[in-house]
Amino acid sequence: MTEKTAVLELRNVNKSFGPIDVLHDISLKVNAGEVLCLLGDNGAGKSTLIKTLAGVHKPTSGEMFMDGEKVSFERPKDAADRGIATVHQFGGTFPLMTIGRSFFVGVEPTKRIGPFRIFDRKTANETAVKAVQEFGITRIDDGDRLIGGLSGGERQSLAIARAVHFGARVLILDEPTAALGVKQASHVLRIVLEAKKRGLAVIFITHQVTHAMAVGDHFAVLIRGALAANFMRGEKSREEITDLMAGGEALADLDTEIESHMETHEGHPPPPAH
Amino acid sequence: MDIMSAFIRRPATASVLSLIGVLLFYFIFGGVDLEKLGGAASWLNYAARIGIVAIPVGLLMISGEIDISIGAMIPAGAMATAIISGYYGLPIIFGILGALGIGVIVGLINGVLAVRTTVPTLIITLGTLIAMQGIVLAGSVILTGNASVPLSAPDWAKTLFGQLIFGGSHQVVIIWWLAFTLLGWFILHQSRFGNWIFAMGGDKVSARNAGIPVDRFTILLFVLTATSASFVGMCHAILFNSAQVSGGMNDIFNIIASVVVGGVLLSGGFGSVPGIFIGTITFAIVNKGIDFTDIDRNWSSLIIGVMLLAAVLMNNRFRNMALNYVPRKKDKGGSAK
Ligand SMILES: Nc1ncnc2c1ncn2[C@@H]1O[C@H](COP(=O)(O)OP(=O)(O)OP(=O)(O)O)[C@@H](O)[C@H]1O
Ligand SMILES: [Mg+2]
Repeated sequence: MTEKTAVLELRNVNKSFGPIDVLHDISLKVNAGEVLCLLGDNGAGKSTLIKTLAGVHKPTSGEMFMDGEKVSFERPKDAADRGIATVHQFGGTFPLMTIGRSFFVGVEPTKRIGPFRIFDRKTANETAVKAVQEFGITRIDDGDRLIGGLSGGERQSLAIARAVHFGARVLILDEPTAALGVKQASHVLRIVLEAKKRGLAVIFITHQVTHAMAVGDHFAVLIRGALAANFMRGEKSREEITDLMAGGEALADLDTEIESHMETHEGHPPPPAH
Repeated sequence: MDIMSAFIRRPATASVLSLIGVLLFYFIFGGVDLEKLGGAASWLNYAARIGIVAIPVGLLMISGEIDISIGAMIPAGAMATAIISGYYGLPIIFGILGALGIGVIVGLINGVLAVRTTVPTLIITLGTLIAMQGIVLAGSVILTGNASVPLSAPDWAKTLFGQLIFGGSHQVVIIWWLAFTLLGWFILHQSRFGNWIFAMGGDKVSARNAGIPVDRFTILLFVLTATSASFVGMCHAILFNSAQVSGGMNDIFNIIASVVVGGVLLSGGFGSVPGIFIGTITFAIVNKGIDFTDIDRNWSSLIIGVMLLAAVLMNNRFRNMALNYVPRKKDKGGSAK
């Protein structure tokens, strides 16, 4: 790959919660138009890593760069303002709000009627429906429907469409396919590819090798909080990836690699066993 | 068909049906004279008393919090007015400001505790409820040596807050209630702040991440609930020319029951101002309308309980229908699940 400035770059990022070290010395680049699959066993630190990217946590040490410029997020809003959008597992977080209203939470369109500024429901609904239909979800055609009435895949799609609509440059998806059936999951994967095609950098967390292989350009594997592998599509076989995702248990040499890595971090208590 | 389903998806539907149900019940089994009931002031006055507080309490509940200290704030507002302007004889404006000021202070305490701690607001406001009951009782006994304080207000204050209107026995607070309702409707359903309130009730963390000033809004809503309650107390003191110490327990349950009958979800995120409005009317008619029937007043609690359950069950049912509502069937076959 030619040397271009990464949209988002981590350099030697560490994160600990009090005495518990969760992330060790992570250096990672995320490029535009690329899907980065973040893999690893339960408790490996994937969610912690993306929460750090999204401004939920502050790194204990290390640096983050966007377009080569050093950034530091005090709160999730800061990351969102820079174009980092996180979609949570169940997509819509406001089950009892309508599609139009939830799409615009915090950035409601208004119109003037006399001295009053009124929530513009029509514009909100139309924009939301149009945004999600552009992603091929034509079944959503009424902005007055409640989020809670959509299927899991539709909710994910809507959340992704929302992020893209508001100009996200980095899209973070934490296990978006976890609770979905085969058909719904493939819907979401297709939308991930569509977002990538539009030039977004996508960070995609999954426990399913098939899903990772289907959309990933770039793979990063976390084992007990350390970056155990970082490779491009086609550089490793499906079996190797599966082993890595299982926490590297099948790869003895990798384990020792990690251990030596730990030793260079004196003062850190041994990571919790999983 | 479409009109029917649109009706059912509205949060106010159950309260409309409850109201119709109650009227039918009183008509069929109580032999009530609907014309007489419609012209009567008792239930409207009562609806205004609880309705003024029910609107902000409803908004607060939609935002995912609850305030039961309102029970103590109605007598607190009345007492503050009567002590300041009745016992000490200061101009009524000081009594009015004193009553509203107490509401603001207690609301601020509730709100700040709510956003600074993780204690459920039911418990926080239970604390301020009991504390305020103590302050009101001890304060009035220590300051005035009495648990009942007389007050005589000048004409302008009477006109604004404590008059009978329509030449009959309707109280001017009814107009305040309508104004509160209109304002609440505008805030919740027409302004962008309404969207924030719904979002806060749906998921506080996501709402905060979306840039909504959740803490400031929570505090503001608590100030509104407490102040609206002390406002009602102040109006009553001016109307009845006196204030008494009371626990206000009935008001708490009646206000929250009105809000819940009106389709507001106790856990937040769902509800409407028209629903709260009709819920309040329904509740007031059940409570006061029974005097216009042949039914013995002692049955009223039973009727209220049954109506409450029926309304809540209907609300649940309709909310689920709204959730599962899919618009018109698509022409393409196979897309239906
Ligand atoms: N706020 C926190 N305070 C203390 N420890 C935490 C905190 N958040 C996460 N951890 C710990 O960090 C470790 C990594 O957690 P994380 O949620 O990042 O794992 P994950 O890779 O996302 O796992 P999963 O696949 O199960 O979602 C876990 O041991 C967890 O207990
Ligand atoms: Mg996780």
